[in-house]
Amino acid sequence: MSWADTILQGVLLGGLYALFAAGLSLVFGIMRLVNLAHGDLIVLAAYLILVLVSGLGLHPFLAVLIAMPLMFGIGWLLQAYVLNRTLGPDILPPLLVTFGLSVVLQNGLLQAYSADSRRIPSGSLETASVALGPFNVGVMPMLTFASAVAVILILNRVLYGTELGRAFRATSDDAVTAGLMGIRPNRTFAVATGIAMAIVAIAAVFLGTRANFDPTIGPARLIYAFEAVIMGGLGSLWGTLAGGVVLGVAQTIGGAVNPEWQILAGHIAFVLVLLVRPRGFFPRAVD
Amino acid sequence: MALLETHGLTAFYRDFQALFGVDLSLEAGETIAIVGANGAGKSTLMRSISGVLRNGADQILFEGRPIGALTAPDVMSLGIAMVPEGRKLFPSLSVEENLLIGRYGRATKGPWSLETIYRMFPVLKERRNTPGTALSGGQQQMVAIGRALMSNPRVLLCDELSLGLAPIIIRDIYAAFPAIRDSGASIVIVEQDIGQAMKVADRLYCMMEGRVTLSGRPAELSREAIHAAYFGAHA
Repeated sequence: MSWADTILQGVLLGGLYALFAAGLSLVFGIMRLVNLAHGDLIVLAAYLILVLVSGLGLHPFLAVLIAMPLMFGIGWLLQAYVLNRTLGPDILPPLLVTFGLSVVLQNGLLQAYSADSRRIPSGSLETASVALGPFNVGVMPMLTFASAVAVILILNRVLYGTELGRAFRATSDDAVTAGLMGIRPNRTFAVATGIAMAIVAIAAVFLGTRANFDPTIGPARLIYAFEAVIMGGLGSLWGTLAGGVVLGVAQTIGGAVNPEWQILAGHIAFVLVLLVRPRGFFPRAVD
Repeated sequence: MALLETHGLTAFYRDFQALFGVDLSLEAGETIAIVGANGAGKSTLMRSISGVLRNGADQILFEGRPIGALTAPDVMSLGIAMVPEGRKLFPSLSVEENLLIGRYGRATKGPWSLETIYRMFPVLKERRNTPGTALSGGQQQMVAIGRALMSNPRVLLCDELSLGLAPIIIRDIYAAFPAIRDSGASIVIVEQDIGQAMKVADRLYCMMEGRVTLSGRPAELSREAIHAAYFGAHA
């Protein structure tokens, strides 16, 4: 039974990784842009929420509602004024620019908030749990997983059921022809990165309430996000959730066997999945 | 005043000049055809008008307004829609979504809507939920035409509709053109097939090596004159 419990905790942890990865997956799917600063932007959002919580005395879930439009704005501006200029046939410029942005964000946050590790206080929610049959499940992990499912449901609705989503997919297919339809690719990309950053704010509130964070943990979150996206199959959001769950389960099982193996077990699972299914669980048919 | 005009239109791909001063005009309600061999500059002309290629502002006038330097979305929002060469349907969109995206930049009320396009091409309604690129070439061309019509354009640019299609399919596609004309759109057709072009067009322009070599009403042009303008063989 303790194994079942471990697996359940791992599945719920997978929700957090899916939240890390959803924005990365969206941006990559639409503009083939790999944002190496994605993890650092999650940490930036966590500090933003921390400031709102400790400065204004807001509840974290209220603070995230304020942080989401702010992060959308940051994402929009970042794409419109910086990243759009790097897009082109060469894939190197966006990698270099976002890598540089990652360094700038880490050092900016170090300067502003020091290297002390922080946590977003969430009051009684930190330790609240409910009994589900034989298991005791934390309320926060459940909320994390539910948020991940909700985010992916909504993103899929936007992508496949709205005019904006059609524009995203059309631009991803063929930006020149999309222009003939009246779609402005650069503006579409800015909205996509804005949405990705709003999701980053949601990921950040769960990152920051669940455990300690400091300005340097961004790159590791980026790697978890990458692994979830790649295991799931590029371009598939439900695949990203599946990838996150595999990573989460592998980490908790590894950690249950030996606490030193937690991170390593996740990476080993990633390599094994790639060996068996090089294109991930649900690769997009059109590529 | 003509609805759409080009004046001394030049176009370049980096150092390569593709158009050397093209003058043409399209009146409201008119259908013109542009014929010429491969490499004559027909597609470059379409790409210039539609804004995919940027040109001198005054080289292209729409209702007397300079539009040569506008981007494709800006040109499209004025009511100039393009059926691009090779159809260029969006593979991740269904047939119906491909049609709907045609009105993204210009959702103007007018004669064309999903219903009227499905009435013109009933086969598309049957296959509305299949991916656009799963259709046959002729059906894909119908989607591409419908997609351009969804914006209720004032000018419809058609680039090489017959490319890669069987003659019988080409006839079906061109059978739709009287209805498109009657809806009030002015039409520019680019064709390699001179016979087809002469049948649908009020006026014909013949292009060779980036220049207009002949123009006039189909009835007034002799086969020999077109032949000479098309291939450059001086009779």
